[in-house]
Amino acid sequence: MSSISDSDDAVRSERSGLAALVFDAKARSLFFQAVLAILIIIAAYIAVRNAGANLAEQGREFGFDFFGRPSDIQILTTFGTWLIGYEAGKNTVFDVFLLSIANTLIIAIAGVIFATLWGFLLGIFRLSNNFVLNSFATIYIELLRNVPLLLQIFFWTAVLRLVAPGPRDAGWLVPGLLSWNSKGIYGPYPLVEPGFSYTLIAFLLACVAAWGFARWAKRRQDATGKQSSVGLVTLGLLILVPTLVFLVTGRPMTIEWPNFVTEGPILRRGFERGIGSYIAPEFFALFLALTTYTAAFIAEIVRAGIQAVPNGQSEAAGALGLPPGLAMRKVILPQAFRVIIPPLTSQYLNLTKNSSLAAAIGYPELVAVFAGTTLNQVGRAIEIIAIVILVYLTISLLTSAFMNWFNNRVKLVER
Amino acid sequence: MNQDISYVRTEDAPLLEPPSSQIGPRAWLWENIFASMADYATPSKAIVSIMMTIITVFTAYALVWMTWTLLDFAIFSATFFDPEGLKREACLDAGGACWPFIKAKWYQFMYGFYPPEEVWRVNVCMALLAVGIAWLIFPLPHRGKVAAFMLFGYPVIAFVLLNGMPIEHDGDIGHVVSGVWFPLILAGIAFAGYWVTSHGSIGDVGEAMAPALLMAAIVLGIFAGLPLVTMTLDLALGTEVVETNKWGGLTITLVVAIFGIVISLPVGMLLALGRQSNAPIIRYSSIIFIEVVRGIPLISVLFFASAMLPYFLEPGVDFNKLLRAMIGVVLFASAYMAEVIRGGLQAIPKGQYEGGMSLGLSFWQQMRLIIMPQALTTVIPGIVNTFIGLFKDTTLVLIISIFDLLGILSATLKDPEWSTPTTAYTGYLVIALIYWIFCFGMSRYSVYMENKLDRSHR
Repeated sequence: MSSISDSDDAVRSERSGLAALVFDAKARSLFFQAVLAILIIIAAYIAVRNAGANLAEQGREFGFDFFGRPSDIQILTTFGTWLIGYEAGKNTVFDVFLLSIANTLIIAIAGVIFATLWGFLLGIFRLSNNFVLNSFATIYIELLRNVPLLLQIFFWTAVLRLVAPGPRDAGWLVPGLLSWNSKGIYGPYPLVEPGFSYTLIAFLLACVAAWGFARWAKRRQDATGKQSSVGLVTLGLLILVPTLVFLVTGRPMTIEWPNFVTEGPILRRGFERGIGSYIAPEFFALFLALTTYTAAFIAEIVRAGIQAVPNGQSEAAGALGLPPGLAMRKVILPQAFRVIIPPLTSQYLNLTKNSSLAAAIGYPELVAVFAGTTLNQVGRAIEIIAIVILVYLTISLLTSAFMNWFNNRVKLVER
Repeated sequence: MNQDISYVRTEDAPLLEPPSSQIGPRAWLWENIFASMADYATPSKAIVSIMMTIITVFTAYALVWMTWTLLDFAIFSATFFDPEGLKREACLDAGGACWPFIKAKWYQFMYGFYPPEEVWRVNVCMALLAVGIAWLIFPLPHRGKVAAFMLFGYPVIAFVLLNGMPIEHDGDIGHVVSGVWFPLILAGIAFAGYWVTSHGSIGDVGEAMAPALLMAAIVLGIFAGLPLVTMTLDLALGTEVVETNKWGGLTITLVVAIFGIVISLPVGMLLALGRQSNAPIIRYSSIIFIEVVRGIPLISVLFFASAMLPYFLEPGVDFNKLLRAMIGVVLFASAYMAEVIRGGLQAIPKGQYEGGMSLGLSFWQQMRLIIMPQALTTVIPGIVNTFIGLFKDTTLVLIISIFDLLGILSATLKDPEWSTPTTAYTGYLVIALIYWIFCFGMSRYSVYMENKLDRSHR
C-alpha cells in the first residue's frame, strides 16, 4: 500500500508548477467549463445583438402586444373554435392561440386513447398462436412503421375524399348515430336545459362513491381475503345514479340531430352548418393516420413487454390453477407494464408532437394556425416560435410527470 | 437363473409414422388456426372460442380483401402503357393504377428539377454511395479506409459534384494557392509541432499540448485544403453550379438523410458524454439542449431554422434554405441519438472505465478504445431506429417548401395533364414503396448486425 502512494508522490513531485496545473483534473475541468460558458455567452450576445439589429432594420419591435389584436383569419370549425366560440374579426390573437392549443390537445388525447386500444390489440395478435391474427399483425406493423407519417396523412386524406359521399349527399358512418359526407362527420348534439347540473352533480357524486367503494373493497380484501365485484358496482353507480337523477329532474336535455337539406338552391343543399355536432374531415384524416401509425409502435412495445416476463411466471400461475385469462390479468400484465410504460410514454409524446404534421393538411392546431397563419399575419417570428416551443415543452413535461407518477405506482419495489 | 428370455426383442421395433393428426397441412391448420377456437368445455371457454372464431374470420377476410384490392389496383385494373401519349385520358376509365404517370414523372421523383444534361453528376454520386455502403455492409477488406473515405472524402466529392464549385475562380490553381498559403503553412507548422511533441521528450507541458496542436493542424488543414481539393476536382470535372433549389426528389431525401446520419452520430456521442460529465456547466448545457429538442416537434425545429434563425445572424447574411433545413434535422436527430448512446454508456460496467484508467489511458483513449465500441454495439438497434426515424422525418422539409421525394409527388399531383381519380393513389403507392424499401432494409440490417455482434452466452 505504502509503495503505491510513494510512487504516486514521486510522479507528482516530478511535475512542477505549470505542468502540475495542466495535468490537474480539477483545473482542466474548470478550464473547459469556462471555455464552454464563455462560448455560450458570446453566442447568446451575438444572437441578441443581431436580433436587435435585424428587428430595427425591419422597423419591428420585440413584444407580446400582438396578442391583444383582433384576428380576422377564417378558421375551420373544430373543437377549439367551438370551445372559444371563435368568429373571425371578433376574437383576438390570444383566442386563436388558446383554440390552437385546444385543437392540439384534443387530437392528442383522442389519438392516445385509440392508439393504445388498437396497439394493445395488435400486440396481443402478434403474440397469438393463431396464424391469421399473427400474420395480420406482422404485416400491419412492418408496413406502417416503415412509411413516413406525412405520406400516410396524405393517403388518408385522399382515401376519405374518395370514400365519403359527395358534399350534397349523405351516408351513415355509424348507422343511426353518425352520418357523413366529404364535408365532414355530423352527429347529434346535446342541447342542455336548466336543471341539467343536477345530473352532472349526481355523476360526480357517483364517481366519489365508486372510488370510496373501491378503497373499502381493497381494504376488506387485504384484511379478510373476501373479494367484492368492484367493476359491477362501479358501472352500476356511474350509469344508474346519473340516469335516475336525469329522469327525476324531468329530462332537462334535448338532442339536436343534424339537418340534411335536400331542397332549395343547390349550394344550400347538404348538411346545414351549425346544426348538430360536427367533425372536420381534416381532423378525421389526421386522427386515422396518427392512430394507425402510433398503434404499430405500441404493438411492438406491448409484444416486447409481454415477452420480457419470464415463462416461469405463466407456468407458476398455471400451477396455482389460474385460468389463462386471469393469469394474463393478474400475473403477466402487471409485470409487463413495468417494461411497457417508459417506451409507451415516449410514444404518447411522439403522437402529440406528430400532431403538428396537421400543418400539411390544414387542421388548425398550434403549428398550423399559430406558427403558420398567425405568424404570417403579425410577423413576430421570434416571439411566436418561442411560445410554440414553450407550449410543447410544457405538454411534454406534464405528460412525462404523469407517466412517471404512474410508473412509480406500478414499478417493482425492491429493497 | 436359467430363464427363457426369448420374449425380449433383439432388434428395434420399426419406427412408426407420426399419427396423421400431428404432421402435414391438416395438423398445421389445426395447431395454428383452429385450436384456439375449439374449446367448448365451459360456457366462458365457449364464449372465448366463439369470439376467436369471429375475430379470425373477420381478420382473414380483411387480409384477403386488402391483398385483392392491392393486386386489382396495381395489376388487374391498371393502365400500363400510354403509346399514343394521351396522358390522363389513357388512365381515366381503367379505375386502377396509372403507371404511365409514374413513367412520365420518374425523372422528377429521382432528381427534381436537376438539369437533365448534368444529371450524370447525381448518378455518379449515388453510384459512389451505393458502392461505399455495400462495401461497409458486406465485410470487404480495408473497411476502415473505406469508412474514412465515406466520412471525410465522399461529402466533399458529393458536394462538388451535386452543387458545383460555389467559389468564383478563374481556373488557375496558382491563384487559389496564393490565397490559402498562409493557413497552409500554419497547418504545416502545427503538424510539425505535433510530431515533435508527441515523439520527442520535451517535458510534460509539451506532451499536454500535442492533442491541441493536432486539432489545430486538422482545422487549418481543412480550412486551407478544402478550396484546393474542391477546385482541383472542379477543374478535372468541369462542373457548373446547380443551385440547390433545382435539386429535388430522392436526391434531396438522400442528401438530407445522409448528412443527418453522418453528423448526428458524432454530435450525439459528444452530447451523451457531456450529459454524463461531472462538470456542471457541460452537463447542464447538454441536458437542456437534449431535453428541449426532444420535447418539441421537428416542424417547430424546422420553423425555427427557417423563420427564427435568420434574425440571429448578421444583418444581410442569408444562407441556403436547404442547409438550414439540414441543420434543423441534424439538431433534432442528435438529441435523440444522444439519449440512445447514453443508454449504451449506462450499460457499461464501471470496471471498464477503471480498467482503462489503470492502463494509463487518457479520457479520449478510454472512450475510443474501450467504452464507445462496447456502448455503440449494445445500442445498435436504437441507433438504426433513430436513423429510420430520421429518414422518415426528412419528408417534413416539404412543409418549408423544399421538394423532397414526397414534396415532388405532391407537386406533380397538381399537374392537370395527369389528373385522374387514381393518379394520387398510384403516386402514394410508389413513393411509399421507395421509403419502405429503405426503412425496412435498415431495420433488417440492424437485426443482422445485432445477431452478428451478439457476444452474450446463450
